[in-house]
Amino acid sequence: MDTVTILLSSFILSVTGLLVFIWSLRRKLFERNAKGARAIFAAGEIGHIEDPGATRAGAQALQRVVAHGGADHTQPDQGALHARLEADRTSAQPAFIFLCCAVVWLVLASFAGLTSSLKLHNPDWLTNTPWLTFGRIRTLHLNVVAYGWAPMASFGIAIWMLPRLLKTKLAGGRYAMLGAVLWNAALIAGLVCIGNGINDGMEWLEIPWQLGLLIVAGGAMIGLPLILTLHRRTEKHLYVSIWYMGAALFWFPILFVVAKFPGLHFGVEQATMNWWFGHNVLGLFYTPMALATTYYFLPKVLGRPIQSYNLSLLGFWALAFFYGQVGGHHLIGGPVPEWMVTLSIVQSVMMIVPVLAFTTNQLLTLRGVLAAIPHSPTLRFIALGGLMYTLSSIQGSFEALRSINTITHFTHFTVAHAHLGLYGFVTMVMFGAIYFVMPRIMAWEWPYPRLIEWHFWLVVVGFAIYFVGLTIGGILQGLAMVDATRPFMDSVTVTLPYLEARSVGGTLMTAGHLVFAFHFAAMALRYGPKRTGSVILGNPFAA
Amino acid sequence: MENEFKLISGALVTLAVSASALVVLPYFQLQSVQPPQKLKDYSPEEARGRQQYISEGCVYCHSQQPRDASQAPDAKRGWGRAPVPGDYYYDKPHLLGTMRTGPDLFNIGARQPSIDWQLGHLYQPRAYTPNSIMPGFPYLFELKAQAAAGDKVVTLPPAFAPAKGVIVAKPEAIALAKYLLSLDHTYPIPDAAQAK
Repeated sequence: MDTVTILLSSFILSVTGLLVFIWSLRRKLFERNAKGARAIFAAGEIGHIEDPGATRAGAQALQRVVAHGGADHTQPDQGALHARLEADRTSAQPAFIFLCCAVVWLVLASFAGLTSSLKLHNPDWLTNTPWLTFGRIRTLHLNVVAYGWAPMASFGIAIWMLPRLLKTKLAGGRYAMLGAVLWNAALIAGLVCIGNGINDGMEWLEIPWQLGLLIVAGGAMIGLPLILTLHRRTEKHLYVSIWYMGAALFWFPILFVVAKFPGLHFGVEQATMNWWFGHNVLGLFYTPMALATTYYFLPKVLGRPIQSYNLSLLGFWALAFFYGQVGGHHLIGGPVPEWMVTLSIVQSVMMIVPVLAFTTNQLLTLRGVLAAIPHSPTLRFIALGGLMYTLSSIQGSFEALRSINTITHFTHFTVAHAHLGLYGFVTMVMFGAIYFVMPRIMAWEWPYPRLIEWHFWLVVVGFAIYFVGLTIGGILQGLAMVDATRPFMDSVTVTLPYLEARSVGGTLMTAGHLVFAFHFAAMALRYGPKRTGSVILGNPFAA
Repeated sequence: MENEFKLISGALVTLAVSASALVVLPYFQLQSVQPPQKLKDYSPEEARGRQQYISEGCVYCHSQQPRDASQAPDAKRGWGRAPVPGDYYYDKPHLLGTMRTGPDLFNIGARQPSIDWQLGHLYQPRAYTPNSIMPGFPYLFELKAQAAAGDKVVTLPPAFAPAKGVIVAKPEAIALAKYLLSLDHTYPIPDAAQAK
């Protein structure tokens, strides 16, 4: 048998197996109103919005849109709401610590990223300081985002959601806080190493492995509350967010340990491992964390269960199965076994399945209530982030095709694509969730609602310029590179205006982050007008 | 779904499938790869230079993996033939790279075999390639009033030379240049060595 036949038959076999597996878990895949979707609501709560991040007027407008102008006479079960408040209290402190770290890392990452961007079109700027050379500051940017902002925000939100999803108090919050200390200490040490030119030499895996061990230990401690809280849950149904969070918290340490194992990997094999890790840290860690967040906050704000909920089961298992095998598409045309690259391309295209499942969930849940989006800071960021997930995933599937990859590989197009996923999707979703969570943690309203608008528009406009500019620049760069009649330097000079556009976009994004960080700090210090009443507690019309 | 054990075990199975496909199978397939006869291991100095390459993050702009002529005109740019796994036998960690903000360096030693060019270019890329957006690495060099015995003086075009004194390469710069010069994979390889 030749390779193609083996690949094809094993592919068909495994996809069939996957479908049977999903079928066995739940048969009513296309049921419109699944019971499980209601697990995040108290009895009688459906139809009632919850948006602590909105202003009082905003929350009222939101409620009117959701109720379609009609009055709702059902009252949520007060006992359940009270229990949830108690549960929120148990997660407040650990979640707060994670989110504070996240915001600090976000600001640092923005400046590192912006510096790198500026250096690409000002190559003689700041060349005398070793840690500011492009190759190091760019790497600092990546590591601060990848091991600072994104995981800290994800952990903070995940820990805050846990007791709500499992309808119990958080257990093991202390372990998580200790884990956060360990993780951040290792990260700081790792960044100092990178700045001083000490690194393991592989993209996404630069932090020296000795420090990587500490990160894994910290990550394991951060994962403990999940297991401990699962143990005392009072909710029978495991909501879709728990699947994603639970799996991601198990996936990440395994990925990291396999990738960092000293002395194990060699030559080209190391390259395949490198991109197995590189793509999985996105696909099996940040993505599931952000999806878990979207699946909770989107229906919760709207007071409306996820529509076609059982589809999310298909989405989850298809993601778990396909996403893990797409990493080889980073090595198309490289000196690696061809069957592996082909497998990765096929699975990249198969990623359309889980993405469509998620997109269907999101669109059906938002259908008829799109007018609610402007009234809710959380919805704004999360609905936009969800849309970016769909776009970046579809883009990624096509980008993996050989014909397109030949142009886009090795160019800034890939950088733009990576930012569409990690910024457009993950970061936007985390912003939205933080706007919801912080008022509950602090029992304090956002002091300056205007600043939320500033934050939103600065990052949206900035990122639009960033993404569109870099995408066009990347395509032009790729076209110049595959045209043998043009000198290589053409592929450099053609990108310059677009690299400058990226710096403009990046400046706006950084400004947005500063606005956000200032607002966050004001909130954390309980600064500003004192409004601690009914909106935070969920009933916008109460006195 | 109501069972956390089903969830976690299912998640671990999918990860195991993914690791087998992308890590374990390539591991066994590539384990027996031997270096081509003409490929030399790095000398201690070249190895130090390779470490410098890693420290400065050169890999984020330079690949070391020309594509096959059937896919892209990399060979016509002088970047060389498509590599085989054996070409990377001595590479730990691998430095294949995924960006070409600058050109591929798999055969830079054959393309620019002069150490003076390499050092001058590391000091100020625009002295040799106008419009280049590569940063210079002045901190790998020293400005001296006079060269001492054994100093490696960097020859620069007059417009980029210092007004007074000479630019001397530090040992790190010389090692890095030596590593770049060692990147020469122009030797032929038998067809059977191609990975399939």
